Amino acid sequence: MATLSSSINPQSDEFKAKAAAMQLLVDDLQQQVAKLTLGGGEAYQAKHLSRGKMLPRDRIDALLDQGSPFLEIGQLAAHHVYDVAVPSAGIICGVGLVNSRYCMIIANDATVKGGTYFPLTVKKHLRAQDIALQNNLPCIYLVDSGGANLPQQDEVFPDKLHFGRIFYNQATMSAQGIPQIAVVMGSCTAGGAYVPAMADESIIVKQQGTIFLAGPPLVKAATGEEVSAEELGGADTHCRISGVADHYAQSDEHALLIARQCIANCPKTAGHPLLRKPSAEPRYPSEQIYGVVGTDLRKPFDVRDVIARVVDDSGFDEFKALYGTTLVCGFAHIDGYPVGIVANNGVLFSESAQKGAHFIELCCQRQIPLVFLQNITGFMVGKKYEAQGIAKHGAKMVMAVACAKVPKFTVIIGGSYGAGNYGMCGRAFEPNFMWMWPNSRISVMGGEQAAGVLTQVKRDQLAAQGESFSDTQEQAMREPVLQQYEHQGHPYYASARLWDDGIIDPKDTRCVLSIALATALNKPAQETRFGVFRM
Amino acid sequence: METVNTMLKSVLIANRGEIACRVIRTAKAMGMRTIAVYSDADANSLHVKEADEAWHIGPSAATQSYLNADKILAIAIKSKADCIHPGYGFLSENADFVAACQAKNIVFIGPDVPAIQQMGSKSAAKVIMSAAGIPLVPGYHGDIQNDALLQTEANHMGYPLLIKAVAGGGGKGMRVVEKAEDFLTHLAGARREGLASFGNSDVLIEKYLIAPRHVEVQVFCDRHGNGIYLGDRDCSAQRRHQKVIEEAPAPGLSNELRQKMGNTAVEAAQAIKYVGAGTVEFLLDNSGGYYFMEMNTRLQVEHPVTEMISGIDLVCWQLTVAAGEPLPLTQNQLFFQGHSFEARIYAEDPSQDFQPSTGQITHLRTPKTDSTIRIDTGVCQGDEISPFYDPMIAKLIVWGESRKIALAKLDQALQDYHLDGIHTNIDFLRRLATLPDFSTANLHTGIIEQHQDLLLSPSLHNQQLVLAMAGLVLGTQALKTYGDCTGLRLNMPSSGFSLDALYLDSPCVITTNTSGTLNSDSLVLDYKDGKHKAGFNLTGDKLSLFTAHGKAVVILKAAKIDDFLAHNDHNTGHIKAPMNGNLIACLVTSGLHVLAGDALMVVEAMKMEHTIVAPKDGVIGEIYFKVGELVDADSQLLELIEKEI
Repeated sequence: MATLSSSINPQSDEFKAKAAAMQLLVDDLQQQVAKLTLGGGEAYQAKHLSRGKMLPRDRIDALLDQGSPFLEIGQLAAHHVYDVAVPSAGIICGVGLVNSRYCMIIANDATVKGGTYFPLTVKKHLRAQDIALQNNLPCIYLVDSGGANLPQQDEVFPDKLHFGRIFYNQATMSAQGIPQIAVVMGSCTAGGAYVPAMADESIIVKQQGTIFLAGPPLVKAATGEEVSAEELGGADTHCRISGVADHYAQSDEHALLIARQCIANCPKTAGHPLLRKPSAEPRYPSEQIYGVVGTDLRKPFDVRDVIARVVDDSGFDEFKALYGTTLVCGFAHIDGYPVGIVANNGVLFSESAQKGAHFIELCCQRQIPLVFLQNITGFMVGKKYEAQGIAKHGAKMVMAVACAKVPKFTVIIGGSYGAGNYGMCGRAFEPNFMWMWPNSRISVMGGEQAAGVLTQVKRDQLAAQGESFSDTQEQAMREPVLQQYEHQGHPYYASARLWDDGIIDPKDTRCVLSIALATALNKPAQETRFGVFRM
Repeated sequence: METVNTMLKSVLIANRGEIACRVIRTAKAMGMRTIAVYSDADANSLHVKEADEAWHIGPSAATQSYLNADKILAIAIKSKADCIHPGYGFLSENADFVAACQAKNIVFIGPDVPAIQQMGSKSAAKVIMSAAGIPLVPGYHGDIQNDALLQTEANHMGYPLLIKAVAGGGGKGMRVVEKAEDFLTHLAGARREGLASFGNSDVLIEKYLIAPRHVEVQVFCDRHGNGIYLGDRDCSAQRRHQKVIEEAPAPGLSNELRQKMGNTAVEAAQAIKYVGAGTVEFLLDNSGGYYFMEMNTRLQVEHPVTEMISGIDLVCWQLTVAAGEPLPLTQNQLFFQGHSFEARIYAEDPSQDFQPSTGQITHLRTPKTDSTIRIDTGVCQGDEISPFYDPMIAKLIVWGESRKIALAKLDQALQDYHLDGIHTNIDFLRRLATLPDFSTANLHTGIIEQHQDLLLSPSLHNQQLVLAMAGLVLGTQALKTYGDCTGLRLNMPSSGFSLDALYLDSPCVITTNTSGTLNSDSLVLDYKDGKHKAGFNLTGDKLSLFTAHGKAVVILKAAKIDDFLAHNDHNTGHIKAPMNGNLIACLVTSGLHVLAGDALMVVEAMKMEHTIVAPKDGVIGEIYFKVGELVDADSQLLELIEKEI
């Protein structure tokens, strides 16, 4: 395998300045996350603990194998979205190893608004189930939730991808043989009662877990019957009388051990046959990505300098290196797993798009997972390029990406604009996982371009009416557009709305991809069938 | 004496373990065909692998295998063995067996029948030795029991002295008399106790030796009338009459005394027309008086220390003499150099009253052997220590220019002897080797008892250091599984992970963010003041660390589902066997009410009886074993149901 040799000088002022700028963004990200881990705040956490319950992140740690990584998704969900703070949307989701098997863990955080479901809580829960389905991961639900957030019922209850979809997913995943395990560690009221009821196996903690369609207040209101929560739907009721729960746990810790055992009792299914090689560190440290990339999207960098800091031994066999050079394609290994890498190195031309489509076909043919390193302003525009048929060439790449049934992973390492987002496996193209770096931006086009288009249209309108468009007017119009695009294109904004699976520290990219690859390989290889390519 | 020159081309070793391996090594070096015998339990043992051929002799119990003289003799005939080496123990001092061998024309490596018989009874041996002028502990053993005569004998003998009831035992009827004035008072007391306890008021009187040493002399005689002594050994470090560390030469003896004892030992051997290797054991008092105790008519366990300082292979001499040849050297040709120690490594738990420990040796790393470090052993890693035989695993023998150097070497070699899976006395041996009284050769047979509090105290480990080492092992193990992604939490500081554990029975937490290097069985930890080396073995949830301060065991306390079931509504307790053994008595029946502390069963293992007692009040439920059955360690013996309150 050919080795990338990087000419980056880590001692240069430019490198140091770029690295320092990226470091600031990473520091801010870590500070935001540190706040999120406090859930609903220290007071609520203390109250939670005083009831003898474990905090959700501690529950996850206890559930996972010692030393197992936890690839969290939607960490910044609901960040600055609602009038009230709903850290991580009140639900912690991610992939980790339970008895050496990758599982999707979905844990309510009862310290955040009683663990109730806001619209983004539902969206995140469904995204986690999507990942489980796409990657064939057993699901473990650590339930501790008051159910739907009633004031927001219109955005939580009725639609196709609302609350009901959780149970639809449980049923259909169970039907596909994907284990569904529920651990009731707190309330499980009304609709929430169906999480354990729909599970393959359910575990309930005595004196803590309750499952009922209507809680004691509603029962009293409806029938006048007075009953305690424990009597109505506690562990004894459900394990000894109703049969709604299967396993009786003495405590959170005990319940999590039973959940681990439930997973151990599920025979492992055959995954993807991809062979893994011994892993090798890149020849250049991952930390240097900071100084290679920096934070100014207008300053170009050679994406090979990034690849050299992500792949095993910096080994990279480039495909069509001399053709369509704005798209870099090639074969490499990440932590021993073979991958095909598709990375932007400038605007997409017809040649680069055709090359991309070719390379994606190649990887599908050989069952090699694809990694997209996205930094794209879009496809080239202009008379010459339209005449060349750039739209149909771009369409080929989009077609190839859409239909490719190999595991796909997208990392937005810079800009993600326009149709470039499609060709480079944006969210709509169902990559198994998608992450953003803190320096990246995502929008239909760049703020400058959007402002330019909007002012041009206005100028044309005014000109048609015989009026002129002053510089002051233009400036007044540009500014809000620029601000809007900067605000909405920011990775925090995107991640808060679950347009991606999370923002990652660029130096963790190799590690995150490694876990994602291992996760995706739980699903057997799929045959790819492409649609009609416009030639 | 008739001289027979026999060509010995093959030898059957009627023994097992380290001594069988030891004999095979020399016999092979002499070009002999070696024939091993083995019981069921020893089918895969080292001595079976090392011999040229190996024959099965029966079930595991020694009485049905290594003590089965008929069977062994039949195999000797079948395998056409020219001679039988008995090792030590088992048939080595069995006169009937020797006679049977001779009847079948098979040479027995050892003395003739009369010598074994004469030394077989300790009291008879003393009579013979007394007649031959060998010094015995002065005493009066006569039938005339009047007080005046006894007082005269006592005054003649000197004080302090011991009055013992002739039928006595266990300290009853025994009095120490410091001076003549007290004699009659104590005599009356001893008589009273003797009469009350044993129905006999007769007494004997013996000189009371203060802090005597156990010094023995290695003798060797051939069939040509030659007898020599190969120096002496000090074996004072004993625990319940079991030697623990032996050394040669016995330290601090004047040349005159050494020579005198040597000559006495040879005289003793020749008094019974002894042939071959033998050991004459003496008690040496603090005034230089020495007294015959007994003679062992075989090769001793501790013979290697003599070999180390003399350069002589005693097994080779045994085979040479047995072939009828004269001793290779005369007394004047012998030359001793340096000092040697032997430490006996036992499968036993010093903290549990030295209870034998059975099970598998899961991990074994031994110090590198050379001309100064020798290991005589019969086990390898993976071997099972069964309850059927003596629990000695190995003998670690070192040599140094001086006693001081040899002792330092012994301590270091013991530190490098890493054994896991079963309990051993290695740390106990190290503490004994470094005991000031031992270092200064202030030896006496009570040395271990005198210092037992210190010798049995737990190793003084730095707990933080031990836990940091555990963190290095476990953190690195996790790294092997998860690589760089170990413990990854997105965008949060990675601080390693922590594990709950038990150290010295107390809960503690191990954090894995330590630095250092880890090899397959050793580690170097970077810790505060520098680098700390240790060996380690991780088996299941048990991590053993072999540090400069001895072995430290950390038990990983991963919560188990079963821990919680114990708190469920069940109130049944299961009583478990403490070790592998034979159930020899069941003292209860189903339905019987018992109180905490009541004896329930007796399990015999390694020649010791272990009584199983009720841990709490209750009613006996089911009993899972019958008397005579073998029980495995931790198997449930019976059910004890807590009484309803």
